[in-house]
Amino acid sequence: MLDINKIRSQFPILNRKVNGKDLVYFDNGATTQKPQSVIDAEANYYTDENSNVHRGVHFLSGLATDKFEETRDAVQDFIGAKHKHEIIFTKGTTDAINLVANAYRILLSKGDEIIISELEHHSNIVPWQMCCEISGASLKVIPLLDNGELDMNEFNNLLSESTKVVAVSHISNALGTISPIEEIISKAHKIGAKVLIDGAQAASHIALDMQKLNADFYCFSAHKMFGPTGVGVLYGKEEILNKLPPYQGGGEMIKEVSFEKTTYACLPHKFEAGTPNISGVIAFKQAIDFITELGVATIAKYEDELLQYATTEILKIEGVKIYGTAKNKSGIISFNIDGLHPYDIGMIIDKMGVAIRTGHHCAQPIMDRFSIPGTARISLSVYNTKAEVDVCMNAIKKAKLMLS
Amino acid sequence: MNTIQEIQTEIIEDFAMFDDWMQKYEYLIDLGKELSPIEEQYKTEDNLIKGCQSRVWLHAEHTKGKIIYTADSDAIMTKGIVAVLINVLSGQSPSEIANAKLDFINKIGLKEQLSPTRANGLVSMIKQMKIYALAFNN
Ligand SMILES: Cc1ncc(COP(=O)(O)O)c(C=O)c1O
Repeated sequence: MLDINKIRSQFPILNRKVNGKDLVYFDNGATTQKPQSVIDAEANYYTDENSNVHRGVHFLSGLATDKFEETRDAVQDFIGAKHKHEIIFTKGTTDAINLVANAYRILLSKGDEIIISELEHHSNIVPWQMCCEISGASLKVIPLLDNGELDMNEFNNLLSESTKVVAVSHISNALGTISPIEEIISKAHKIGAKVLIDGAQAASHIALDMQKLNADFYCFSAHKMFGPTGVGVLYGKEEILNKLPPYQGGGEMIKEVSFEKTTYACLPHKFEAGTPNISGVIAFKQAIDFITELGVATIAKYEDELLQYATTEILKIEGVKIYGTAKNKSGIISFNIDGLHPYDIGMIIDKMGVAIRTGHHCAQPIMDRFSIPGTARISLSVYNTKAEVDVCMNAIKKAKLMLS
Repeated sequence: MNTIQEIQTEIIEDFAMFDDWMQKYEYLIDLGKELSPIEEQYKTEDNLIKGCQSRVWLHAEHTKGKIIYTADSDAIMTKGIVAVLINVLSGQSPSEIANAKLDFINKIGLKEQLSPTRANGLVSMIKQMKIYALAFNN
């Protein structure tokens, strides 16, 4: 059993008022709040440890480097990667996907195919479109079923000898669907394609084991799992990362530089050009520790309970339609109310202290699929409570009254 | 016809009567509901205003030296805000519209009440209304 009050007490922002009301933060899909340990680690770095990494001979540089690399170890453990150097630090999920898609501009050519899905966030669509434009490869899209699950029959049909890359999200940020990535990975591997998983929404909700999962690339963002913004991870299998051309050129990613020929550093440095977000990476370890102490499975179970409760409660409100009713679903409720615009709902409940997201959630193709301009989205985290769900429901009812 | 300045003063007085956000929002919702509808033919992609989370269509006509604006939005709060702007600007001459200082927005607490994206939408709406005025002024 989780002690939610104890968990909440670690998140100072949860004590603040918004528009004179207690904050109910239900926009965790966009970014989660940060525990004190993460905030302290950021501050402590600048107070006591600030120095550049991987290059100094002096004491502080050694200290910063050690702490920076401790996070890499922690990430390796957290996702069950085989090697430490398979963990590449990036700015976030978007940056990680761009790194891979950029490399494939060179590796792919006309006739090759990339498969994505209708469920993707724009950051797992646009980099692949850019890749296709330059490489001449073409983009195929796995369609959605009405309940927000991937149409796996269509996926089977799309797979062919020409498929070189399959890039899909583990959990949809717009609908909450958890996709059967194990099946996708094994089927794609059978025909020799590589698989990238966008794990932005999954990393703190599903226990990860890269060696078992066997994905070729897995991307996620620290800020969606209680860590700082501006830090993300690209996991890639060693032998594949070794074959990819570097992304950005600069300091840190080289072995030797001359005007005739430059050779590149080994993994992971080959993909980490320039001074990274050192404080962020160091503080990210505290976020991972926070999750591991609670246990991903325990967190998921609690969030699932909250999701069931919130789903039951919201369906009691007349005219509510939930988008995304997959059997396997994470703590996200995307909804509309008959005749009302999600924006109006979001604006009004904000006045009552309830923070939700409205709009297309950077996933316009999903909105087109359901012929709607957008939805209102509740996304839950481990520090949320049933009492907060009640506050949110009352706020929605009040908004509905004002608007109809 | 009252001048833009007179209408703004009236609106500021109207909003001063409200004690809380709810009354303000309810008033905007009512204004949105009362806004005379735009003709369907003008709800085109070209007439959509960029920068709003909800869709806003704006159409302008120049008759007898005055500009008549009509507009619509799929979100009712946005429509209410458009209605206020139309109350202030519609029926005025192009040069008056182009030169209007719309200080009522800050004074009625609209800007602070609105989220940043919405405030941007508001800015885009005003800009588009003024662009029409400049076009008709030439
Ligand atoms: C499924 C998914 N993919 C990718 C991203 C992009 O993440 P970031 O903005 O941290 O790069 C998000 C964030 O909203 C997401 O939810």
